[in-house]
Amino acid sequence: MPTVRFTQNIQRHVVCPTREVAGATIRDVLDSYFRLHEQARGYVLDDQSKLRHHMAIFIDGMQIQDRDELRDPVPPGAVVDLIQALSGG
Amino acid sequence: MSNRCHVATRKGLFTLERGVAGWSISRANFLGDNCTLVMHDPRSGDLLATLNHGHFGIKVHRSRDGGASWTEVATPKYPEKPADYVPKVPVEGKPADWSLKLIWALVPGGPDEPGVIWCGTLPGGLFKSTDGGDSWELNRPLWDDPRREEWFGGGADHPGIHSICVDPRDSKHVSIGISCGGVWSTRDGGLRWQLGGRGMRAEFMPPERQYEPNIQDAHQLVQCRANPDALWVQHHNGIFKSTDAAGSWSEIENVKPSAFGFAVAVHPHDPNTAWFVPAVKDEKRIAADGRVVVNRTRDGGQSFDTLSRGLPQDHAYDLVFRHSLDIDENGDRLAFGSTTGSLWISENSGDSWQTLSSNLPPVYAVRFEKPA
Repeated sequence: MPTVRFTQNIQRHVVCPTREVAGATIRDVLDSYFRLHEQARGYVLDDQSKLRHHMAIFIDGMQIQDRDELRDPVPPGAVVDLIQALSGG
Repeated sequence: MSNRCHVATRKGLFTLERGVAGWSISRANFLGDNCTLVMHDPRSGDLLATLNHGHFGIKVHRSRDGGASWTEVATPKYPEKPADYVPKVPVEGKPADWSLKLIWALVPGGPDEPGVIWCGTLPGGLFKSTDGGDSWELNRPLWDDPRREEWFGGGADHPGIHSICVDPRDSKHVSIGISCGGVWSTRDGGLRWQLGGRGMRAEFMPPERQYEPNIQDAHQLVQCRANPDALWVQHHNGIFKSTDAAGSWSEIENVKPSAFGFAVAVHPHDPNTAWFVPAVKDEKRIAADGRVVVNRTRDGGQSFDTLSRGLPQDHAYDLVFRHSLDIDENGDRLAFGSTTGSLWISENSGDSWQTLSSNLPPVYAVRFEKPA
């Protein structure tokens, strides 16, 4: 299963431990994670369930392409990193 | 009279208290975080603070022990935008986002509806909580009104509801101010909305459209508690007052040093007494002549006293945002804070002012605790 890791910066607002979750697309992976940590959902996704403007997601070091629908495929065993984009200041 | 006041700033929330030695900052919360607004609920004693975490979005926190401890509560959330949604009145070529950009107004409902809180936001949604902030619901009659889609941003990329006035005589009578969307009112708690604002003038629009009520840039709307049909608006290009519950407005002219500004406070018992913090108009947005002053009228806008005792009068360029001036329940105490981190308080209706700090982060909101 993919492993999801969060930036340290989010931890002071909401605890987001590193953990393995199921999913074949980034949407599936995030849904699996947020089912376990519901409060984190609103810190990463906006009202329309799109990736927040100044958040970034990497799959094995490659930034995702589909920020709205989150359809990027996630290979089994991949590492997914969620970080804050520098564009957000 | 109020002995506590809360100050929301770019880098935290500060509590002021008046002890025997006078006013001082007694507590700091959320240090380092962008605290954009604070609300005291006189019915429950709750405090609500809104934080804008930038990357991580807007959040709401609540304290039920006077600010000693805080818990994150629900954030207003826009509903899912229908996939086939087509704006009826696309302004500037694109529809509004259905996504929270900023919480710009938090106001308790009436004394007969405990738990009700109204919340104005960018991009123009009005939310209501009936459980003290544990959940929120978008007011669909206003959001679905095609005239709402004509609203546009003033100084921001999105239109926003920044002022909410609940009539002390009737909690279902609510008036709101929008930048830019004029002044709207409901008499039935939000089921139906009427666009007021006749007589307002928008200098920034082409001449043939300047008197359209729905394009007015009301910067702030306030209502007199003792005479709720009397309201004042600090507008983008002037000062306006209404004596018929926001239906029609008259412009107050020849205001020196300027009729431009963001903040306005009205005396809770006297509709003819109001305070403003003037600034050089929109293209500069600084205190006129490097002097911080407060304008006070006691005759409904026929004349103004320009109050300066205790305020900096030499190379001071403080700007005061719309929520950064407040008045207590008696009309004696006023406080205001500036974008350059100064905070002043008066205990004699503005005749003189005391500097409480010159070193705070930029001030976004000042709110006295008031009794129900």
